[in-house]
Amino acid sequence: MTPMVDLMFLLVTFFILTTVISTPQAMDIAKPDKNEKLPENRLELKASKTMTILLGKNNKVAWYMGVAGESAPTIESGSQIEDAIVKNRKAADASGVAGDFVVLVKPTSGSTFQNFVDMMDELEILKVKVRQIDDDNILDNEKQFMKEKGIL
Amino acid sequence: MPRIKVKRTSTVTDMTAMCDVASLLLTFFILTATARQPEPLAVSTPSSTYEFKVPVENNAILTIGQGKVFFEVAGVKVRAKTLELMGEQYKISFTPVEIQRFSAIGSFGVPIQSLKSLIALNGADRMKPGVQPGIPSDSTDNQLNAWVLNARRATKEINNQDMRISIKGDAKEEYPVVKKIIDVLQKQSVNKFLLVTNSEAKKK
Repeated sequence: MTPMVDLMFLLVTFFILTTVISTPQAMDIAKPDKNEKLPENRLELKASKTMTILLGKNNKVAWYMGVAGESAPTIESGSQIEDAIVKNRKAADASGVAGDFVVLVKPTSGSTFQNFVDMMDELEILKVKVRQIDDDNILDNEKQFMKEKGIL
Repeated sequence: MPRIKVKRTSTVTDMTAMCDVASLLLTFFILTATARQPEPLAVSTPSSTYEFKVPVENNAILTIGQGKVFFEVAGVKVRAKTLELMGEQYKISFTPVEIQRFSAIGSFGVPIQSLKSLIALNGADRMKPGVQPGIPSDSTDNQLNAWVLNARRATKEINNQDMRISIKGDAKEEYPVVKKIIDVLQKQSVNKFLLVTNSEAKKK
């Protein structure tokens, strides 16, 4: 009878493992409304409290604080962005300017779906409350910088 | 010299109770396990630490992979109603048998003009590569837009609930493809999505 019991436990283990793994999880995201007729939906962000993260090719990201073109973006690999977010959030909180720390995620044409999901996940883990996704307004100087660095 | 006597017992134990428990557990897991539907477009989703279950009802899943998009709406009744509404819009009449067969199909990706021939195929033939080219989502013939809109209408009518839209994208898919689909949805003022992911352990 021992082989029979062995086989049964093997099957039990198999079913236990497969049932747990196959439950898909979902990520709840919201994108800014595109309705041009409602200009009051447009939000003004504070330059000193806004961090823009551009997602590029080969799992690379470029980030900068404030207004595009004023400060040079930093290129980092996607998995190391965590430290930069924490550091920038600390600096923004210490600046004394009212308002929340905002992260603007701009996935460009070079990035993959994986990069995008990873970035949103990172922001969730770090509990960055205000995060915006913007894939329409990738500015020319941002594009140019990314092209120069070969990540677009 | 006296020796310590070790009492020897037989190593053979009664396995019946253990066997009973094992078979009980086995039966339970086999019965509760939901057989995974074969998918015509296989994608490997990226992983995240989000812990939000994909809703079983009032949900449509858009599968994006290899530059194609496939559509699925949850619920047999909702599917039937969606097809009816689509038929009205594109002036194609589906017979009750076709509607019934369609509501058993999960994810699919064919233009509405060739949907009839897809319904006529059997399950195994539908899964063959090359049979389903994806749902057209260009601005000239935006059938994806129509499917989503009609599915939302059907869900509202039958379940009186708002439909959620889940996007199941392949991890390697380029972002512009995903953006194109999201733009179609945003035209309908759908700004909230669920991105289907695999669960991943939280790192500390």
